[in-house]
Amino acid sequence: MPETVATAALHSVPPISWSRRVTDHVMTGVAVLTVLLVLAPLIAIFGYLVYRGIGSINWAFLTQMPKPVGESGGGMANAIVGSALILGVASLIGVPFGVGAGIYLAEFGRNNLGRAIRFTADVLNGVPSIVIGVAAYALLVLHRHFSALAGGVALAIMMVPTISRTTEEMLLLVPQALREAAYGLGVPRWRTTLSITLRTATSGVITGVMLAFARVAGETAPLLFTTLGNTFWNLHIDQATAALPLQIYVYANSPYDDWHRQAWAGAFVLIVLIVTAVAAVRYAVRRGTFGAA
Amino acid sequence: MPGPQPVEETKVTAVPVHPAAPLVRASGGEVPDRVFKAAMTACGLAVLAVLVLIVYELISGSRLSWHAFGFKFFAASDWDPVNEHFGALPFIYGTLVSSLLALTIAVPLAVGVAVFTTEMCPKALRGPLSFFVELLAAIPSVIYGLWAVFVLVPLLSHYVQPFLQRTLGWTTLFDGPPFGYSMLAAGIILAIMIIPIISSITREVLMVVPQHQREAVLALGATRWEMIRIGVLRNARAGILGGIILGLGRALGETMAVTMVIGNNPQIAKSLFAPGYSMASVLANEFSEATGDVYISALIEIGLALFIVTIIVNALAQLLVWTVTRGQPARGNA
Repeated sequence: MPETVATAALHSVPPISWSRRVTDHVMTGVAVLTVLLVLAPLIAIFGYLVYRGIGSINWAFLTQMPKPVGESGGGMANAIVGSALILGVASLIGVPFGVGAGIYLAEFGRNNLGRAIRFTADVLNGVPSIVIGVAAYALLVLHRHFSALAGGVALAIMMVPTISRTTEEMLLLVPQALREAAYGLGVPRWRTTLSITLRTATSGVITGVMLAFARVAGETAPLLFTTLGNTFWNLHIDQATAALPLQIYVYANSPYDDWHRQAWAGAFVLIVLIVTAVAAVRYAVRRGTFGAA
Repeated sequence: MPGPQPVEETKVTAVPVHPAAPLVRASGGEVPDRVFKAAMTACGLAVLAVLVLIVYELISGSRLSWHAFGFKFFAASDWDPVNEHFGALPFIYGTLVSSLLALTIAVPLAVGVAVFTTEMCPKALRGPLSFFVELLAAIPSVIYGLWAVFVLVPLLSHYVQPFLQRTLGWTTLFDGPPFGYSMLAAGIILAIMIIPIISSITREVLMVVPQHQREAVLALGATRWEMIRIGVLRNARAGILGGIILGLGRALGETMAVTMVIGNNPQIAKSLFAPGYSMASVLANEFSEATGDVYISALIEIGLALFIVTIIVNALAQLLVWTVTRGQPARGNA
């Protein structure tokens, strides 16, 4: 009986008119078109980057210093090392503060202070990187001098919001029963948080850290007037330092073909570094959690 | 799975759990617990302190310029470091026009991609497609700029700009020589950069639209497009608007790519082919070379204005997205 009722209902539905059907097809076509229009520049950018990058990169680029203006050849060895130095400083400052703030938000932050910190982290996340550069300049450069430290601090400020919010989210995913089990065994709260909760959430926390790292690794604007750039070697954190993104920017704006070639090589190295850093840690974390389980 | 193990062990000491816990903690964990909580609270407070410090540095750094020019700083359009006359209007104009141009291009594309991935595309394509679009967000700004300088700008000046001049020249929006470096180039590269943000937030918002909304509209005999228009998009309006405003916030503060293609000329021109200048680009170009306290102070004031505007824009966006996704189990019912 119910079947016949259903069929009757179906028959009573008026057929969909020609114009509505055409509109439906047209809109589907429009949606497909938007996808193609969005994918086109992505493919163009990646394709061109790989094409120019592979064509431009060579051993000298990775191991030699920049040559003086007008001479061709040379490389960006000092900028690669400088970037590593700045990112090292940024991670040393940003990761502990970010994870600590995340722990606070997840474990102690269900109050007004927690809400204020959460809101502040979201606000900081939206502050343009160049403005953070200006603040770092006023704070660390104005009365002293350009340094890798100032650039590292600027990048650390950009890392903290991402790290703290993802750490909080990951810690909150850890089942409450695990914490209670540890308390039940008489484990103090700090120990529970560090060896049970944080441990369980490690892979998620590291993913957050890597996202933050990948985001700041290519940042140029906050370094323009904090680390300034340098055509020589520098390994001191209180001196002006070359950085890969800065060098790409300077070389892209230069009138020399050889510097353009090196800018592409630098961009290629930067993308490869970012992608491999993220992929390697993801892989290691995945293996680590499987090993533990 | 670490789950069951500790539970079993608690069962062993199950009887004294509640009376024993405070005892053990009093003897072994009270002081370290307090130290731990204090340290974590300090990390949290550091986040607050950083924001306060940024605001303080920006305000104190721009005081000199504020005293010299007052509100006229934002209405004057002369930028003359030699005679120390500073007006920020050309930069504000450049930032607004390039960002709005970017939104005009990006919004239809981003919403289209989001609608396609959530409502139309086969399940197998959904993951890779959103991954690729979000890959756009991982490219550093300076690499967008590099690509724009060597690919987009020549493309514009050789093909797109002459074409626009031939077909739409009467609008006077496309007057002047087709150099490539222009407000138009800045708007296009910004659009490419903000599409991932707008489309990923739109996707999230579309996914929390309850499934029965779609089913109800379909049951009334709607076509798929009518279902999307009536049952999905109408419900998600506020959230999509939030995503768009978030994209605007990103566009307003974007520095490197814009600086490399906008032309860096502090003028207010009606034509989109004319070079312009944005607030972020003037900071990038002139800050480290600025001489004189008033000059530096004027630049910091531009930074402060940019900071205030982006905070307002972002707070508005967060509010809108929050009103839509609030209380709904996100991604749960798709």
